[in-house]
Amino acid sequence: MPRRESPLQSEMLQGTLDMLVLRTLVLGPAHGQTIAHAIERGSQDVLQVEHGSLYPALHRLQNRGWIASFWGTSENNRKAKYYRLTPEGRKQLAAQKSRWEQLVRAISRIMSPPSEQKQ
Amino acid sequence: MNWRRFIQRTQTDAEQEQELESYLEITTDEYIARGMAPDEARRAARRKLGNPTRIREEIYQMNTATFVEGTFQDLRNAARMLRLNPAFSITAILTLALGIGATTAMFSVVNGVVIKPLPYPDSDALVTVTHSAVFGNVRGRDFPFSPQMLAVYLANNQTFQQFGMWRPDFAAITGLGDPERAIAFLVTQGFLPALGVQPALGRWFSPADDQPGAPETMILSDGYWHRRFGGDPRVIGRIITVDSRLRQVIGVMPARFIIPIPGLAPDLILPLQINLAQPPGDFNYRALARLKPGVTAPQANADVGRMLPIYLGRYAGHRMDALHLLPAVRAFKEDVVGDVGQVLWVLLGSISILLLIACANVANLLLVRAQDRGQELAVRAALGASWGHIARSLIVESLMLSLLGALISVGLTYGGLQVLVARGPAYLPRLTEITIDSSVLAFTLAISVVSGLLFGLIPIVKVMGPKSAWTLAGFVRGGGRWASGGKSQHRSQDALVVVQVALALVLLVSSGLMIRTFQNLRRVDPGFAHPEEIQTVRPVMPPGLIAHPDRLVRTEAQILERLAAIPGVTSAAYTNSLPMDRGIAVIVYPESKTYAAGELPPTRTVKMISPGLFRTLQTRVIAGRDVDWAELYNERNVVLVSESFARETWDTVAGAIGKRIKLGTTGSWQEVIGVVGDIRDNGADQKAPPIVYCPAREQQMIGPVSPVSVAFTLRSNRTGTEGFLSDIRKAVAAVDPNLPLASINTVAALYEISMERTSFSLVLLGIAGGLALLLGIVGIYGVLAYAVMQRQREVGIRLALGAQPGTVKGMFVYRGMILSGIGIALGMAVAAGLTRLMSSLLFGVRPVDAATFAAAAGVLVVAALAASYIPARRAAAVDPVDTLRGQ
Repeated sequence: MPRRESPLQSEMLQGTLDMLVLRTLVLGPAHGQTIAHAIERGSQDVLQVEHGSLYPALHRLQNRGWIASFWGTSENNRKAKYYRLTPEGRKQLAAQKSRWEQLVRAISRIMSPPSEQKQ
Repeated sequence: MNWRRFIQRTQTDAEQEQELESYLEITTDEYIARGMAPDEARRAARRKLGNPTRIREEIYQMNTATFVEGTFQDLRNAARMLRLNPAFSITAILTLALGIGATTAMFSVVNGVVIKPLPYPDSDALVTVTHSAVFGNVRGRDFPFSPQMLAVYLANNQTFQQFGMWRPDFAAITGLGDPERAIAFLVTQGFLPALGVQPALGRWFSPADDQPGAPETMILSDGYWHRRFGGDPRVIGRIITVDSRLRQVIGVMPARFIIPIPGLAPDLILPLQINLAQPPGDFNYRALARLKPGVTAPQANADVGRMLPIYLGRYAGHRMDALHLLPAVRAFKEDVVGDVGQVLWVLLGSISILLLIACANVANLLLVRAQDRGQELAVRAALGASWGHIARSLIVESLMLSLLGALISVGLTYGGLQVLVARGPAYLPRLTEITIDSSVLAFTLAISVVSGLLFGLIPIVKVMGPKSAWTLAGFVRGGGRWASGGKSQHRSQDALVVVQVALALVLLVSSGLMIRTFQNLRRVDPGFAHPEEIQTVRPVMPPGLIAHPDRLVRTEAQILERLAAIPGVTSAAYTNSLPMDRGIAVIVYPESKTYAAGELPPTRTVKMISPGLFRTLQTRVIAGRDVDWAELYNERNVVLVSESFARETWDTVAGAIGKRIKLGTTGSWQEVIGVVGDIRDNGADQKAPPIVYCPAREQQMIGPVSPVSVAFTLRSNRTGTEGFLSDIRKAVAAVDPNLPLASINTVAALYEISMERTSFSLVLLGIAGGLALLLGIVGIYGVLAYAVMQRQREVGIRLALGAQPGTVKGMFVYRGMILSGIGIALGMAVAAGLTRLMSSLLFGVRPVDAATFAAAAGVLVVAALAASYIPARRAAAVDPVDTLRGQ
């Protein structure tokens, strides 16, 4: 069965979401809902986490060995699957963070070049 | 690809479902805490999550090997498609089974005889140590080995790990019930250790066993041990009478110990106990060495080259100076396999053509089917299946066909090999080693996959190539068929038929050439007449009798007298060497010629005869007369020579009478009293060798040749009947009840054996040619029948407009003839190039034989005509009204 090709845009977002998830887990293990909340709050609700992409992203990160999972109990005594960062994931986060910063610098240079700033 | 994840993907999914469920619960709790009603909170949580199935699907996909999953699906679909159309599937599978089976069977023969190593440990290290000889004007490939050579080489070699000498012989076993002739291997002590096969019971010969005068010992083969002793292990230590001497059994070889040379399966192994004090002229042995690790055959050859002068220096006094020997060490396997390998490869090549024809046939079937499946394929394409994906599913179908064919073919091969081994052609060495082993199965798998891809890709490329209007739209426009696919498809179907006809012609030509060869061999005058009426029987004379020539001759004469008196025997005689048996090679000096110092006359075949042999064989006495009994008993110095001997030596037949020759380097002059017709002693396809015949009494003069026993020849029309054989047994037993009888045969059977290579090749190529013709016909028929079906509407309109049925018929027959015509022309060109490869199999016919080519073409034309006529007639029988109404 042929796999659908992902458009470039969603690929970029996916990579970004991975990074955000890893960043969130630096603070400590969390389950899916907490992670989504943390991202949404941290971005002051600018970024809305699509659960349709969150869970596949978690699964993907786990397959790559960047995060690990365990079953635990949530704040209100519900059974929940918790994720934590692995050492490998920590390295990956650092790498992604620096790549992201480069990208942001590059984009902002194009979007607001110094010549424009003079005007 | 992570197999663990792939296998656990169902479990992972269950866990995922649970996780999503817990998310819903947590979120619902949170919403309730914010003050929502429980129902509303649940709905809001669901909205927030989105479609859980969609999420699970996406994760499931991550853990799936798409290709594997897809292939499983393709396999299921393929099996369904094949079941849906059993007529097509069965035809294709059987066609392939035939092609693959024939090729596999032939490959098993090549594998068992040529490719597999000999059945000895580390058998690559085994070499035959031999010499090529320049001897007078004769250059011999295999100069036999002698005990003196063995002694020198054993003491001086630097490359042999084990070294032994051997010679097959017959031995008479008495005292165990009926006297029996057994095949004995006379070996020196190093022979068995060189082969490296340990005895199953007891021990090998020790060096002490091999000393002259040591107690006589013997080792039994597994077969003989089971046959005569019922596999009783207490046989070790038993004393058995072999050739009237008592021998103790010291060992039994295991079942896997075989000497894979036809007719040389040893029953017994006896130590030679060589006496080096004998004169050094005993050249009757072969030598076998196991090379030291890392030593190559060329190195061993150089070693023998170094030792030869030592041998010649020590024994040159015995007229060895005229003998120019060169070392010729070669792999023992080469010795065993001989020139059979080349023949077998040629046959494998020819038979694999059959597989190509089968592939072309199936490709054609698939082309037709791809047309018929247009709708299905178009719908699949319209629903989004990619080009590659559909191609893959079609390839999987093709592979499934070829693998099913291969499965059946293994059964066919097994049956074929059973027949082959049961018939046991004396021509094939290593017959028992021809089995279906892992390399044969790997070969079958390989050729079936390659065939599957080959015939599977042709229709895919043709039907789905970039140029084809292969879309649902095109399909609908074409009214249920692709409008534009038709023409190019017809062209490829035609091309496949042309290829089939061409290949079939190649096979027909090669089997035709074998038929011609066989006819030519049949037409050869062997030098004797009605060989099926000449019975031969060889009582094995014990050495005790052989040591007393007078008694031996008397016994032989008594037996002959009794045999001649058997009712129905018109003529009887004896000889030491039957036709096709090769005699002893001896240097023959003609008195009339002088030889320079160091020059020797060529060796000639010498045979010992009794009076009446040529009358029995019905060989003409061209000049002079036969010997008589008085000359035999009185040891008169008289001989007969063959016509070619007389011509080569004196350039005359009549003038040969009264000339004198000398046999060997010593002895007296013998007068030629008669010249007889040539006998094809080396086989029907070889020139008749010059032969000298001397009265059987003189055999002692020829030096230390192997113990002589004579074969009796009886001409009678009762040959082969049970009654006749029992009369013979009674006649021999009346003279001596302890003589086992060997070589009970007819001269015709001996002559057949000399033609075995031809008849073996003929049968195989004949079968291949017949099948090729059949497949070719099916191919032509199939394509035309399909064309008729497709053009039914057109034909109907033509007929309605007044076309004559004959014209319509002609139209289709014409197409069939054009196709086969092109195929035949192409096949002629290919055959002309390929048949040269089989020239070593041919006799009396050139590889490019006009008559054979014409005959093969003729057969194909007639077959093609028949194959086109049937569908053409069906076309002409189309009812125009029906056709027009149907539209």
